[in-house]
Amino acid sequence: MAASFFNNKARAAAVAAAGSSKSKAGDSKEDSTRLQPWVEKYRPKSLDDVAAQEHTTKVLQRTLQASNLPHMLFYGPPGTGKTSTILALAKSLFGPALYRSRILELNASDERGIGIVRDKVKNFARAQLSQPTGLDAAYRAQYPCPPFKIIILDEADSMTQDAQSALRRTMETYSRITRFCLVCNYVTRIIEPLASRCSKFRFKMLDNSAAGSRIANIAEQEGLELEDGVVDTLIRCGEGDLRRAITYLQSAARLVGASNGPAKDADDDAEMTDAGSSRVITIRSIEEIAGVVPESIVESLVQAMQPVSGGSAYEAVSKVITDIVADGWSATQILGQLYTRVVFSEAIPDIQKNKIVMLFSEMDKRLVDGSDEHLSMLDLALRVAGILQGN
Amino acid sequence: MALLVDKLRPRTLDALSYHPELSDRLRSLAQSGDFPHLLVYGPSGAGKKTRIIATLKELYGPGVEKIKIDARVFQTTSNRKLEFNIVSSVYHMEITPADVGNYDRVVVQELLKEVAQTQQVDMGAKQRFKVVVINEADHLTRDAQAALRRTMEKYSPNLRLILLANSTSNIIAPIRSRCLLVRVAAPTEVDICSALSVAGKKEGWTESEVLNQRIAKESGRNLRRALLMFESIYAQNEKVTDKTPIPPPDWEALVTLTADEILAERSPARLLQVRARLYDLLTHCIPPTTILKTLTFKLVARVDDALKSDVIKWSAFYEHRIKLGSKVIFHLEAFVAKFMRIYESYLMGMDF
Repeated sequence: MAASFFNNKARAAAVAAAGSSKSKAGDSKEDSTRLQPWVEKYRPKSLDDVAAQEHTTKVLQRTLQASNLPHMLFYGPPGTGKTSTILALAKSLFGPALYRSRILELNASDERGIGIVRDKVKNFARAQLSQPTGLDAAYRAQYPCPPFKIIILDEADSMTQDAQSALRRTMETYSRITRFCLVCNYVTRIIEPLASRCSKFRFKMLDNSAAGSRIANIAEQEGLELEDGVVDTLIRCGEGDLRRAITYLQSAARLVGASNGPAKDADDDAEMTDAGSSRVITIRSIEEIAGVVPESIVESLVQAMQPVSGGSAYEAVSKVITDIVADGWSATQILGQLYTRVVFSEAIPDIQKNKIVMLFSEMDKRLVDGSDEHLSMLDLALRVAGILQGN
Repeated sequence: MALLVDKLRPRTLDALSYHPELSDRLRSLAQSGDFPHLLVYGPSGAGKKTRIIATLKELYGPGVEKIKIDARVFQTTSNRKLEFNIVSSVYHMEITPADVGNYDRVVVQELLKEVAQTQQVDMGAKQRFKVVVINEADHLTRDAQAALRRTMEKYSPNLRLILLANSTSNIIAPIRSRCLLVRVAAPTEVDICSALSVAGKKEGWTESEVLNQRIAKESGRNLRRALLMFESIYAQNEKVTDKTPIPPPDWEALVTLTADEILAERSPARLLQVRARLYDLLTHCIPPTTILKTLTFKLVARVDDALKSDVIKWSAFYEHRIKLGSKVIFHLEAFVAKFMRIYESYLMGMDF
């Protein structure tokens, strides 16, 4: 245990040594950041770092110069940088010294019923601004420190209607000294009166090039070696969610990096030489972490569903499905992958595809309702097989 | 006297018999000092829990085996009091939030924050973080899962979560993307056979290769069930040979009987008899999904190929209804009635 621990450190130091010779103090700092999720570690520090949301960041940059801010409502799919943007904005507005006293961040892990809105949020909103003391001119030049506070309500779509209504008047009354920023995935879950008080910013799905360069950048900083196509796989598995892609990357790095540790902790020199070759992250390892079902299994299911002359597909299909269930593959994942296979298949006539797609919709609903996976998958596969057979 | 399942449960990662690459991976994660949040999923009886306990032991040493059970009382926003059991050691804590039904959010919010905000007390501990194992994570409500999201990121220096689930379908994407997914596949029949023969040797029982294979097949790749069957056979028979019958569990025998009755006669009177049997099963706390599934597979095995996909279709349909509805007997009965009708019209050769 201890040996591998030092070994890891030595390796980290070796990576760092390439750039500059690090001091002892740097080493201990390395240790604390090592335990941090990369999502936190590589959160954009300033607005310029936010990837691929030019429209929003441009508007916000301008407000930063003017030192005035409207109430804001950020919405968009997960992992597109909403929270990162507001945190980066808050940091560049206030700087480290004022951040604590000027920002209130509440999210779904905090109790946010109507009581809290009336109490905590209102009290914070109403509090007079504390005069910053002991700030020199350089600090003021770097950070605008505008005369208002910001309340960030993260995951605002999980707030109750009542709690949202309670915010309405609060937002207006204290708008002189407080700005609100609501962050949510579904703008429709925010009640209209609140939405109309905010200027809305839509965060669009990240395009592949922006996400790709970000991932490649992180991989480079962490000193990872990637197999060809890993970045593409990450983006594909992440489905536009950069956070998910980064988490997958970190998990993969842990697996590859960690599994080397205990195996050869005897000889430091030997490890230095082949550390590079064994730390390569493969496409397969990413897929395994993301829970993607291997192509061969989906293929065997598709084969089993093909019409057979003079008999039903039941035996073949039920055997494959039983194996899939026993191997613990997730039904939703199978559903998704089977769907892509069927819909993009040239061999299936459009009229059959129509019927099949309707089945998929029904099954998805059932799975979300918590139906038994084995029965649902068996049913789906048998009905698809029936349609393929032409009845 | 403990059951074989408990007595022979592997305590360390080295003792685990199958999925060696998975054990290796868990071991290296535990030793690296950079332990991620885990989401462990797989069918029941595949050894998820065993693996997790072994991993915890690898993380902290034998201290995790000294466990105690606490009852805590939580107060909901509507001032209702909830009693909640916590199994904990100095280093870890095990909870089943699904026990408190819709109030699981309160437990998750209060308990996890409380754990996360305090540091590890024992200075001699190997790890600086504590581990919270959440059982039946797929039964957590959406609210509770949403509450987990930020907690998992914010308190990661002090807290690691291990979520146990049968499937990832019901776990919201933000949670999945924050965890390292670990799939524990069910053991293959060969794995089960070897586990059984090891168990047999330890107990000093005469061994029968063929019987072991039959048990493995019968168990549906569920090691726990296989071991229970194995033990009950040896408990019931003086002398065990290749041909010793495997006694099915009582409820399964009853389901088989019910299936026979349904196939033998299709009439309202028979439906009434079947209803009594179903009630009998339900009052013995057999989950409705299990009843329906077992019944379906017993029936499907004995009807013509042409009917099979239809039977499965309706079975899946009524299973869904069971999940949504509140009174399960309606749906079980409806399935039986539906089956009788399909079967009858097939035999008569007409649709009605």
